[in-house]
Amino acid sequence: MTKVLVVDDSNSIRDMVSFTLKSAGYQTVEAKDGREGLSKAQMDGFDLVISDVNMPNMDGISLCTELRKLAAFKFTPILMLTTESSTDMKMRGKAAGATGWLVKPFNPEKLLATIKRVVK
Amino acid sequence: MSVDLSQFIPSFLEESFEGLELMESGLLNLQPGDNETIHSIFRAAHSIKGGAGTFGFDSVTDFTHLVETLLDEMRDGRREVTNADTEILLESVDCMRLLIEAARDESDYDTEKVAQTSSRLAQTLGNEQLTSDENVSVDKVGSESATGFNIKFVPEHSLAKTGNDPLFLFSALAELGSLTIHANTNELPALMDIDAQELYLSWQLTLIGEVDEEEVKEIFEWVEDECLLELTPIDNKLPQEKTENEPTFQQENTTAPAIDETTPQIQESQIAAANPKSADEKATVSKTKAKTEVGSIRVGVDKVDSLINLVGELVITQSMLSELGNDFVMEKVERLNSGLEQLLQNTKELQESVMRIRMLPISFAFSRFPRLVHDLAVKTGKAMELVIKGEQTELDKTVMEQIGDPLVHLVRNAADHGIEASDIRVAQGKPEKGTISLDAYHQGGNIVIEINDDGAGINRESVLAKAVDKGLIDANATLTDSQVYDLLFEPGFSTAAEITDISGRGVGMDVVKRNIQALGGRIQVESTLGKGSTFKVNLPLTLAILDGQLVKVGSETYIIPLIAIVESLQIDNKLINRVSGDMVLYRLRDDNVPVLPIYQLFDLETECIEIDNALLVVVEADGQKVGLMVDDLLAQQQVVIKSLKDNYQQVAGISGATILGDGSVAMILDIPGMISMALEKAQYAQKFKNGGDSVKAEVCI
Amino acid sequence: MNIQAMAQDIPVEGEHSIEGVDFITSGDQYLTFLLADEQYAVDILCVEEIRSWETPTKIPNAPGYIKGVINMRGVIVPIVDLRLKFGIGEASYLETTVVIVLTYQNDDKSRTIGFVVDAVSDVLNVESVDIKPAPAFGGCVSQQFIDGLINSEQKVVTILNVAHLQQVEQHPMNS
Repeated sequence: MTKVLVVDDSNSIRDMVSFTLKSAGYQTVEAKDGREGLSKAQMDGFDLVISDVNMPNMDGISLCTELRKLAAFKFTPILMLTTESSTDMKMRGKAAGATGWLVKPFNPEKLLATIKRVVK
Repeated sequence: MSVDLSQFIPSFLEESFEGLELMESGLLNLQPGDNETIHSIFRAAHSIKGGAGTFGFDSVTDFTHLVETLLDEMRDGRREVTNADTEILLESVDCMRLLIEAARDESDYDTEKVAQTSSRLAQTLGNEQLTSDENVSVDKVGSESATGFNIKFVPEHSLAKTGNDPLFLFSALAELGSLTIHANTNELPALMDIDAQELYLSWQLTLIGEVDEEEVKEIFEWVEDECLLELTPIDNKLPQEKTENEPTFQQENTTAPAIDETTPQIQESQIAAANPKSADEKATVSKTKAKTEVGSIRVGVDKVDSLINLVGELVITQSMLSELGNDFVMEKVERLNSGLEQLLQNTKELQESVMRIRMLPISFAFSRFPRLVHDLAVKTGKAMELVIKGEQTELDKTVMEQIGDPLVHLVRNAADHGIEASDIRVAQGKPEKGTISLDAYHQGGNIVIEINDDGAGINRESVLAKAVDKGLIDANATLTDSQVYDLLFEPGFSTAAEITDISGRGVGMDVVKRNIQALGGRIQVESTLGKGSTFKVNLPLTLAILDGQLVKVGSETYIIPLIAIVESLQIDNKLINRVSGDMVLYRLRDDNVPVLPIYQLFDLETECIEIDNALLVVVEADGQKVGLMVDDLLAQQQVVIKSLKDNYQQVAGISGATILGDGSVAMILDIPGMISMALEKAQYAQKFKNGGDSVKAEVCI
Repeated sequence: MNIQAMAQDIPVEGEHSIEGVDFITSGDQYLTFLLADEQYAVDILCVEEIRSWETPTKIPNAPGYIKGVINMRGVIVPIVDLRLKFGIGEASYLETTVVIVLTYQNDDKSRTIGFVVDAVSDVLNVESVDIKPAPAFGGCVSQQFIDGLINSEQKVVTILNVAHLQQVEQHPMNS
C-alpha cells in the first residue's frame, strides 16, 4: 500500500489531505511540522511526502533539504503544498530538492489527480 | 471521485479563531526585529487563507491575501514594522474575524469596516505600485467600497502637456480619505507607437471617507476641461436611489472615448454600496452571533469522565438501596442510614461536577482586554499597559457572558479617567507608563474581580462638588469616603470634565452597577488620591445555586442570600428606638439600622412578632444596611434557584424560589428589591399623609 | 390520577367504560368540575394532573385568590382558588377539595397553573356545535373566561377558556 507522509501545521488541512488520501486507498502518517515530519521519516519509509511550506520549528523547504540528505529519501517524491505560487518560492523549493508543487486552495480531486504523476 | 470536505469546516473554523487570537496577541507584543513572532503571525494568516480557499470562503481568502502580502513583506525584511502597520494589521484581524464569523453563520458582515480596512491595507501595500493595473486586490477593494466616492478619471492624452500630473492629484485625494486606484492601460498603444509625452492611462479611483463632493471637485479644478470626470457618491444611506440615479456629477468637455472596461466596475461598486449594513442590521447580526456563542459549551474530557464515574457510583448506591427496600426489616436500619449517607455524598459530588461543566476560566472574559487597553492607549495618547492575574479562576459561563460588558466599561473608565498623561505622571514621580491590572480570585464561594489602576485616584472634592451641582446631595452633607465613591454609580453622574469618546458612550457607571447587581453581585471602590483606584467586583460563582440562610417568619420559611448578610443578632430591647413618627431603628454599635418588618412588607397574616423576642438579620444592599426581623434562624444551605416567572410572574422583593429538603417551596428574598419596596411604601405613606394634611387645611379655611 | 393520559388511551371510536366513567369518544372531551353546586368544564387536553389540596407557600402581596406556589416534581406551580377568583361559594379546604393542574401552550411558551375546585365530576364529550354562547347577563364570572355553555342532562355546564384563565394579572406590589 502506498504510504504518504503528510506534514502541515494546520490541523484542518492535515486532516483533509489525509482524509482525501485515505479515501482513495492510500495509507497516511501525519506530522504537525517539519521537525516532527523529519523524525517520522527517519523512523519509517514513505512513498510520498506532502508538506506545507510555512510551519513552525522547521519549514517545508528545510524539511525537503533534510530529507534529501537521508538515503531512504533520495528519490522519494516530495510535494510542497502551499499558497505561494510565486516563482521565487518555487525556485527555492526546487533548489531544496522538491519534486513538485500543489497550490492551495486545497482541492481533493486535484490532489489525487496530481499525485498520480509521482506515485502509484 | 468526489470527496466531501465539509466535515472539516468546524475544525477549520476553530483553528482559524485560534489563529486570529495568536495573530492578535503576537501583534500586541510585537517588538521590532522579532522575526519569529512575525513568522508565526504570517503562518496563522497563511493557514486561514489556505483553508478558506478550500472551503470557498472567498471573502476571507481575498481579504487575508492582503494581510498575508503585507506580513510577507515584513517577514522578508522588505518592510519595516511600524506602529501604523501594526495598527492596520490589528484592524485586519478584526475584519478577518468578522468575515470568518459571517462565513460560519452564513450571515452578513460589516462591509464598510472591511472595505475600509482592505483599502487601507491596499494603500499600505500599494505605495510603490500606485499605477499598477493588475493588482487584483486593489481592484477588489474598489468594488466593496462604502461611504465616499467612485471617481472615474479619463484624462485627455495631452493632459501631461499642461503640466498636470495625475499622481499629484491622487495624493491630494488620498489626503481626504483612503484612496484606492485602478489604472486602465487598455489605451496603451504598441510600444513603438508610444509618444512619450502623451498620457494613455485612465483611472478608476475609490475614495473612502467622510468627504464633501466640493472638496473632490476642487482637486480636479485645474483639469476639468481636459478630462472626463465622473463622481459617484457611495452613500450607504440611500443605496436604492443611488443605484438608479445617474452619476450626480459629470463633466465632459471633450469627446473622450468611453471606456467600457470601467463600466461594469462602477455597477459592481454600486451594487456593493446598495447592500450595506445599516446600524439595525448590524445589531441583528451581532445578536445572532451572541446566540450561537451561548448555545454550546466546550467541556474538557476530564470533566465528562468524572461525571460518568459519579453516575456510576450513584447507580451502585441506588441498586443497593432498592435491594435494601425489597425486604426491609428494622435490623437493617443502620445499613439504610449508611446507604442514604452515601446517596447524599453522591448527589453532592454529582451536583458539583455538573456545576463544574458550566465553569470556565475567566481568561475567556479577560482575553479581549490586552487589545482593548492597546486601543485605548492609542486613542487617549497615554502610555499604559495591562497586567492580568488569576486568569485561570473559574466561574459560571452565564455569569461570564454577562460580566464582560461591565468589565469593559470599568477598564475603559480606568484608562480614561484613571491613568494620567505621561508628562503628568513623570512630574509626580510615577513611572511614565500607567498600569491597569485585572485580577480574579475566589473568595468564600464568590469570585472577586479587581480592576486596578495606578492613576490619579478619585478626587473626593470634585466628586462632591459635582454631586451637589447635580442636586444629588445636600451641600452640607458629610459623607464617608465610600459614600462619596458610591456617588459615581448614581445615574447621570460622570466625573469627566467633558464626555469623551471612550467612557462617554451613553452607558454610565450606574448601568455597570445595575448589571452587576442583576447577577447577584456587588461593586466596591477603593481609591487613594494620586495613587490610583481599585474597583472590586464581587460575584456569585453561579446563577443556578445560592448559599442561603433559612429563616422563619411566622409560618413561612424564607431564604436570605448569605452574600447579603452582615450579621445576625438577638434583639436587645434597649437598643430599639422609635423615632420620627413610626420608624423603628436598631442601634448597632454606632449605626442606626432601620428595621424592616417582613410580615408587614409581604402582607403576611401572621401573629405580629414581638420585637423583643425576635432575631435581627442585618443585611446590606446598595450600601444601605437594614435589619430584617425574623422569628428564627434555621439552617444555612445551598439552594437551587428556580424562577417564579415561568409559571407566574416576577414578584417584588423575591428573587426566586427553591425547593427544600421536605419538598416544600421557599421564597428567596431579594434584598435590594425589599429595600426599595420599603422606601416606596414609606414615600407613599408620606405623600398620603401630606395630602391628608393639605385637605384638612382647606377644610379649616 | 392522570386524566389526560387516561383520555388518550381511549380508542377513537365506540363507547368504553373505564373505572365506571363512560366515554363516548367523538367530539372534544372536557373535564367537568364543581364550584359550589355549579358545573364547569375545561378542555381535557390542557389537564396536566389532578392533585389533592396541600397548603402552598404564600407569595408576598399576591391577590387573595392566588393561594401561593407548590412544588410539582421540581416545578414551581402557582395555585389559584377558582372559587375566590370567580366569587362562587365558600373557599373551604376539605378532603374532596382538589387542584386541577392545567398547562396551556402558547407559541413556544407553556404555563402551568393549579386551580382549586370543590370536586371533579365527569368527563364530557362535546360536539362544538352543541356549545352555545353564554347570555351576557353577567354572573360573577367575567365573560372573558367563558367559552360557552353546554347542556348535560338537566345541568348546564360552563366551558371555561383556559388561555384566559392562565393569564396572570399583574398585581401591584402594594395595594
